[in-house]
Amino acid sequence: MAQRDRSLNRMAGALAGAAALIAAGAFAPQAKADVESRDPIKITLHDWTGQFITTKIMGEVLKKAGYNIEYVQADYLAQFAGLKTGDLHVAMEIWETTGRDAMDEATATGKVENLGETGLQAIEEWWYPAYMKDKCPGLPDWKALAKCSEAFSVPETAPSGRYLGGPVTWGGFDDERVEALGIDLEVVHAGTDAALFAELESAYQRKAPVLLWVYAPHWAPVKYKGEWVEFPKYTSECYNDASWGMNKTAKYDCGKPRGPIWKVAWSGVKDKWPGAHKIITKSNINNDEMGAMVSMVDLDGQKVDDVVNEWIVKNEGRWQTWLP
Amino acid sequence: MTEARTATERIAATPVPLWVRPTTLVWTLALTLAVVLWLVGKDIAPWAFKFPRDWAVPLKFWISDFTAWLVEDASFGIFTFSEFTRAISWVIEQPYTLALSLLATGFLKGQGSDAVQILPPLSWIAITATVIALGRYTKDWALAALAGGCFLYLAIFGQWHGAMVTLASILIAVPFGVVGGLAVGLAGYRWRPVERLIRPVLDLMQTVPVFAYLVPILFLFGFGPVSAIVATIVYAMPPMVRITILALRAVPGETIDLGHMVGCSRRQMTWKVLVPTAMPGLMVGVNQVIMLSLNMVIIASMIGAGGLGFEVLASLRRLDIGAGIESGVAIVVLAIALDRLSQALANKNPPAHRESESTLPFWRRYGYSTACLAIVLVTGAAGLIAAWVQSYPEAWTITTGTVWDSLVRWINVNFFDELEAVKTAVLLNVLIPFKRFLLGLPWVAVVGLLAVAGWALGGWRLALLCAVLSLFNVTVGLWAKSMITVYLCGISVIFACLIGIPIGILSAERERLWRGVKVVIDTLQTLPSFVYLMPVVMLFRVGDFAAMIAVVAYALAPAIRYTAHGLQRVDPQLVEAGIVSGCTPLQTLTKIKLKLALPEILLGINQTIMLALSMLVITALVGTRDLGQEVYIALTKADTGRGITAGLCVAFIAIIADRLITAGARRAKARLGLA
Repeated sequence: MAQRDRSLNRMAGALAGAAALIAAGAFAPQAKADVESRDPIKITLHDWTGQFITTKIMGEVLKKAGYNIEYVQADYLAQFAGLKTGDLHVAMEIWETTGRDAMDEATATGKVENLGETGLQAIEEWWYPAYMKDKCPGLPDWKALAKCSEAFSVPETAPSGRYLGGPVTWGGFDDERVEALGIDLEVVHAGTDAALFAELESAYQRKAPVLLWVYAPHWAPVKYKGEWVEFPKYTSECYNDASWGMNKTAKYDCGKPRGPIWKVAWSGVKDKWPGAHKIITKSNINNDEMGAMVSMVDLDGQKVDDVVNEWIVKNEGRWQTWLP
Repeated sequence: MTEARTATERIAATPVPLWVRPTTLVWTLALTLAVVLWLVGKDIAPWAFKFPRDWAVPLKFWISDFTAWLVEDASFGIFTFSEFTRAISWVIEQPYTLALSLLATGFLKGQGSDAVQILPPLSWIAITATVIALGRYTKDWALAALAGGCFLYLAIFGQWHGAMVTLASILIAVPFGVVGGLAVGLAGYRWRPVERLIRPVLDLMQTVPVFAYLVPILFLFGFGPVSAIVATIVYAMPPMVRITILALRAVPGETIDLGHMVGCSRRQMTWKVLVPTAMPGLMVGVNQVIMLSLNMVIIASMIGAGGLGFEVLASLRRLDIGAGIESGVAIVVLAIALDRLSQALANKNPPAHRESESTLPFWRRYGYSTACLAIVLVTGAAGLIAAWVQSYPEAWTITTGTVWDSLVRWINVNFFDELEAVKTAVLLNVLIPFKRFLLGLPWVAVVGLLAVAGWALGGWRLALLCAVLSLFNVTVGLWAKSMITVYLCGISVIFACLIGIPIGILSAERERLWRGVKVVIDTLQTLPSFVYLMPVVMLFRVGDFAAMIAVVAYALAPAIRYTAHGLQRVDPQLVEAGIVSGCTPLQTLTKIKLKLALPEILLGINQTIMLALSMLVITALVGTRDLGQEVYIALTKADTGRGITAGLCVAFIAIIADRLITAGARRAKARLGLA
């Protein structure tokens, strides 16, 4: 082993010179001149397609501006530890609902900075497959749901209906909402979103009753036919003031807020790569194009990189305006 | 109880122990008190049922403050604590980068998207050939074929890159774990106080869920593969330490005397006498380190290790069960190859042969290395011209595609109602009543009964340990979650034993069946539970039942393995004696074999409990509300104190169960005259 390493190293040394020459020749024209630092900007990738796309679009645009980009695999919430210490630099999708607490905690330390909205709006709401409309006419209005909650029951919960909420860490106040609106449903929490959609897939295959927390942009509302439940529209008073809304003694008698998806960065980015900082802050993308791209990957089986490249080619006029 | 005792005594023919009476008395008293408290205490002493919130110790805040201090302010004078840990991570990073370059990325110049590959990684042909050569060198052509086949699977199913990234981190984590474990083990062997000090630390390292210490590790060692490797080492090292101490203690006195006689210095004694003699034992430890490292693959990928674990997670997020299974099986296959190779290596050099090693011609070993090197160079050069030599072409890969998804769909559509009926029956008649019962127990009574059990099985020390550890769970305010944990693990362990022990009995004497069973349980233990968790959720919905199935599937292995081992090791003369005196096969089994194998079976149950507890965090992902969930929430909120506190609660449950069962097994052994 050691012998092989040594010989490889020697070869490496010899080849390195040649490679450096080639590299200098081939890649010289790229705008290397005026970026502030050649150190790689580390952008995090998590484990869902939409986030790959947002991140890679950002990364490719930054590359066009001459920056050195490195994609790093990281857990959505555990990454804040790395963002605080400067091991990681940019995270492109922090959701208002699922990531707000961690983000606020991190920005409060002054080591992480919120770079504003991505332009994507997270929709998070109760959702049911279209075939449930026959069993519970009057949907998507929540008042219909209150009347035929039994249609959503399973043996463990009967005669109450069953609502599958997100992991407890997502918050969402569904237990309180059921109480405040007087709907006879038992709230069950899934542990992860993979489990959430596994249940949806299972019920959908059998055309069985299911009512659950779905969010967009995501492949599920594209793949399955269904609708969001319509609750009284969210306002901040609804969440803070019991006297607001139809139930005068309870909060949360309305739907969930639709929150932005945020971009965050290590606070050192501003000083080390000021240009990149501006580009990231300016960048934006919207729900429709994201939904289309997610389904191209998850449903049509295209590769993330191809889909991203296609976007880059088609939207040159747009991302050019982000550059300084 | 008394009946069983007299029956066992007939076999072992040991005198009636004197402790029978006082124990019975204390048990009766304790149980009566507990039942009285349980029945009438709710109004008189509500604090005995629900621990008052303001009595709780704010341990989690202390721990959080301590880690914050450790990360930000702790200093040794010249350098700070984080600089120290960062230096360690630099040391680990160097060999890791080398391994990663060799196996997966190639040697790069520059960083990030600036990087230019100056030398490709080893070609897939070269790596496969090396593994085949290793198999032939350590054992025979059969092993070579197995190892080669495993690596071919990785190539053919398109898992090559992910597998090599995983392999790189395993190749770094294992030597660090082995060397570290050996060093600590040697220290423990040499100095008794050290051993006494590290024993509880090892217990904690093995029982605190990894998620609990992931956050502080990230802070201290930085984000990325190195932290994942550090976490892997922490998780995988303890068995190496334990086995080192055991193996060194088992070195015969004559061998040590011989060393003294020929005038060994202390260092020579260690490295020329003790370690070589204990080598086969030590290799068992190495094997354990490898297997545990592979268990960590999924969790490691959550903190930036990438590789196969990431492939599994990502495919399950898009509910692509087929892809999840293929990547999961790739982990199993990698584990099988590494396991068999390391076992072969362990069996290759029995100490008796070592003496003659210097006279053995070296050309054979040299021959393998030369052949490998030649293949590396040839395929490396050929790879520059023909791309398929360098990396396995994507067009040649195959996939099971939608087969698995269709299978799950078919079961789902056709059998859901039947499965649902079974599930509902078990849930309503067993799970929920048991959970209610446990949650309704007053903590005072539970702590008291645990102490009595400790006293009866192991004396005052064990009683004190049980009481203090269970009181910890009470005082940090996690009693209810602890009881849910006990309920979920308890019920899963019962099911695992009900399934596992009969399988163990059936396969103990049927060689071919046993071989098949072994493959299944090895697979269940190395296949990431995430892979089968999602189909289970599809068929049984989220909740305790799905969690229970996942725990049973994972924790089944030791129940089967230890039962079979225990039965296989029963002294054939005793069985013979039974048959001669006219036992029917059933009597031979129940009156002789099972009784003699009891200590071993108890240890199997002990291991089953440990594995069940280690699955807790995973079950939190399907919506259970136990300590696993507490740890998981703490991880998602980066709350070090909360995570470690809950982690300690899990560890203490494990330690109580372990100590009680070990003491029980020791008693049983003593009674059977085996000790």
